[in-house]
Amino acid sequence: MNELRDSADVGELIQYIVIKIDDEQYGINIKFIDNIVRMQQITRVPQVDEYLKGVINIRGEIVPVMSVRMKMGLAEDVITNKSRIIILKTETGDLVGIIVDQVNQVLTIDSNNVEKVRYDDKKAKSNATFVSGVGHYDGGLVSILDLEAVVSDKEAKEKASNAS
Amino acid sequence: MDVSQYLSVFLDEAKEHLQSLNDNIMILEQDPENEDCINEIFRSAHSMKGMAGTMGYTRMQNLTHDMEDVFSDVRGGKIKIKSADIDVLLQCLDAIQGYVDNITENQDEGTDEHKDIIKALADIRNGGGGGEAASAAPAESAPAAEATPADGPAEGADGSSDYRAIRLDPSVKSTLEEAKSQGKKIYGVTVHIQESCILKAARGFLVFKGLEEIGEIAVSEPNTQDIEDEKFDFSFSLILITDESKEKVEEIVKSVSEVEGCECGEYDPSGAKAPEEKAEAAPQGAPAAAPAATTPAAPAANKPAPAAGGKKPVGKPVVNRTVRVDIEKLDVLMNLVSELIIAKNSLISAANTSGVSNSNVNEQIEYLESVTTNLHESVMKVRMVPIESVLQKFPRMIRDLNKTLGKKMELTMTGEDTEMDRTVVDEIGDPLMHLIRNSADHGIESADLRAQRGKPEVGQIFLHAFQDGNSVVIEVGDDGNGIDAEAVKNKAIEKGVVSPDQAALLTEKQCVELLFHPGFSTAKQVSEISGRGVGLDVVKSKVESLSGEVTVKTKLGEGSTWVIRLPLTLAIIQALMVIIGEEKYAIPLDSIQSIEDVSPSDIKFVENKEVINLRGSVLPLIRLNEVLDTESTKNPDEDMVVVIARKGDQLAGLVIDELMGQQEIVIKPLGKYTNKCKLISGATILGDGEIALILDTNSIF
Repeated sequence: MNELRDSADVGELIQYIVIKIDDEQYGINIKFIDNIVRMQQITRVPQVDEYLKGVINIRGEIVPVMSVRMKMGLAEDVITNKSRIIILKTETGDLVGIIVDQVNQVLTIDSNNVEKVRYDDKKAKSNATFVSGVGHYDGGLVSILDLEAVVSDKEAKEKASNAS
Repeated sequence: MDVSQYLSVFLDEAKEHLQSLNDNIMILEQDPENEDCINEIFRSAHSMKGMAGTMGYTRMQNLTHDMEDVFSDVRGGKIKIKSADIDVLLQCLDAIQGYVDNITENQDEGTDEHKDIIKALADIRNGGGGGEAASAAPAESAPAAEATPADGPAEGADGSSDYRAIRLDPSVKSTLEEAKSQGKKIYGVTVHIQESCILKAARGFLVFKGLEEIGEIAVSEPNTQDIEDEKFDFSFSLILITDESKEKVEEIVKSVSEVEGCECGEYDPSGAKAPEEKAEAAPQGAPAAAPAATTPAAPAANKPAPAAGGKKPVGKPVVNRTVRVDIEKLDVLMNLVSELIIAKNSLISAANTSGVSNSNVNEQIEYLESVTTNLHESVMKVRMVPIESVLQKFPRMIRDLNKTLGKKMELTMTGEDTEMDRTVVDEIGDPLMHLIRNSADHGIESADLRAQRGKPEVGQIFLHAFQDGNSVVIEVGDDGNGIDAEAVKNKAIEKGVVSPDQAALLTEKQCVELLFHPGFSTAKQVSEISGRGVGLDVVKSKVESLSGEVTVKTKLGEGSTWVIRLPLTLAIIQALMVIIGEEKYAIPLDSIQSIEDVSPSDIKFVENKEVINLRGSVLPLIRLNEVLDTESTKNPDEDMVVVIARKGDQLAGLVIDELMGQQEIVIKPLGKYTNKCKLISGATILGDGEIALILDTNSIF
């Protein structure tokens, strides 16, 4: 999942889609976004982790959808007509959808203005686990979502490490 | 010369030749006199040598060359193949296989020269030279036998051609005589093309073109069509009617690049013999080059009838009308067909919901439906390959196991022509190998024990493949020891797979099925053949990953049979659409026995579990809404719809809420994260774009 980590060169201009989850704003690097779709009927899959809401049909492909809120330990999603599913594309070409409360704007931030969150800080502050950095822009600050952490699958990881 | 573009063709063909060599050498071991077989081996070895040389793999070329020499002598009757020689030859094949593997991996044949094998091959030739002369004599007295009519026109006996050996049809002969009487010159020309030449046909064409500018080509051997199709080795002959001098003809031929040389001489048509006589007069190459159909009787009649050689006068089909297609292209095609079927389903549901009830529309939709179904079937057939390619290596494996295990075993296989989807065939080889090794190692008893039990000395291992409806069944079994359920149970307890209490409750059948448990191996000693504790559970998981199932039937002391059942295709299936709670699910039609209406009053309880009595057999009842954590929409007093599902010999009743009907569905993978649910084997997209999950009935009970 390292492909979802921001590895931009210093000084590069990066576009972020700014979304809202709960009361916080988060930025997602646009290069990981395949598509943004309106909320639609999600087909439930039995016997999977609770945060996996099910699967949807994106251009004939079956795409799993997960709730970032539940992953972050927040209250369950309240679906409004502002809710969107952001379809992320991993380097391996797999698609995965995340439910967000709202999509606000597109921001261009110089990578010099993005402060990386140090790994030690992450450990100490549990709710920062899903943030890889903080971006400064004219209007204020935006947390950059650590997509690897968001879509990571603990069990799968453990399995993989056991297998290898 | 850049030959990389030919690499994949080379590898494919090398593998085919290796397999053919393997098979034929095995036959030869049983029947050392089989001339068809010797010819076939010689031909394969010869082609391999040529190919390896062309590609610049000199070590491989040397090895195949030496092997070819051995068979050249065998064909010539100079030596006879002995059982010990077979071992050397098989080693030689392994070595060649090693080269091919190396080339596959890094386009380099490696540095191993296999001098020992080359020496052993030379020993065969020397050893056989003198001592065996007497026995070789009858073979030698049959010169025509070495070039049986079964040889296609393409593969002349020793690959060389000679204009003096060209046969003349009466009409050609009269043309030539007429030309001669008109004072024209008639030359016979034999052209030799360099063995490194890749586009032989093109060179041949250039020679023809050049010569046709100065005269008329009366006849060629092989004929023009075969030359254009590259169906000749490295030389061909022709007869030219011209006014030019011999030197001029030679100059034209030699001006074509990659032509090694040519022989040119005056040709006297009246001296040429009729086809039948020719066959006698030129035993070294001519009869082989004769098209099989025209003179099947002549060479055969010359033979003092050695048993095997003359039996098959029917030639092989000359042209193989096939195309090699990259499997990826077929995958793309299959995906497109899947898309088309989804689109068709959408069209049907759109027509239904928009209330179009025009009969013309329905007619066209039905037509579309039949076309897509046929298209799907055709594409599926294209992807189907005979399972043979996987089974081919097993006779050799059993032969080797005979030696390493010191047991006498024989493998019989039937249904090698059973066809399956390419992806399934590719995957099924390892599981089958495990099962056969398992039979050889654990199944077949030692010779003493077999004698005690009054069984024939040679243990039988069998493999039967056949199609059964929409699935393919492969049975692997032996007439050996059978499985001792008690031993399995004790072992399972010992290994901690089950607790003694649990074990006491198990039926014999369930005990045997413990064998499929991960990390289980009953072998008292870990042997090289099997018993590394990874065998049967790997077989099971592999087969299940192909949506198949594996079961075992066994009788202690009499043998056991493993039955693998696999779906014919993986991508598109017929399914029953059902509603459970508010959700739609698809159940593969293959696993459904019947659908029943059951009144709640018919439910009985056995060990606190719900069962029903269906025409005399008692089946467990599984409420799918409970399994899938959803609420049933049905009133508990109402009659239940029960889908009777089958898993091997077991049946179970699956309670659903509502039936939607049968539909052709395209299986899509569930993707990461969500594929952890064992109950669901995939998903499909319905006509309206909605997703329905596909239930894996095998994992429900």
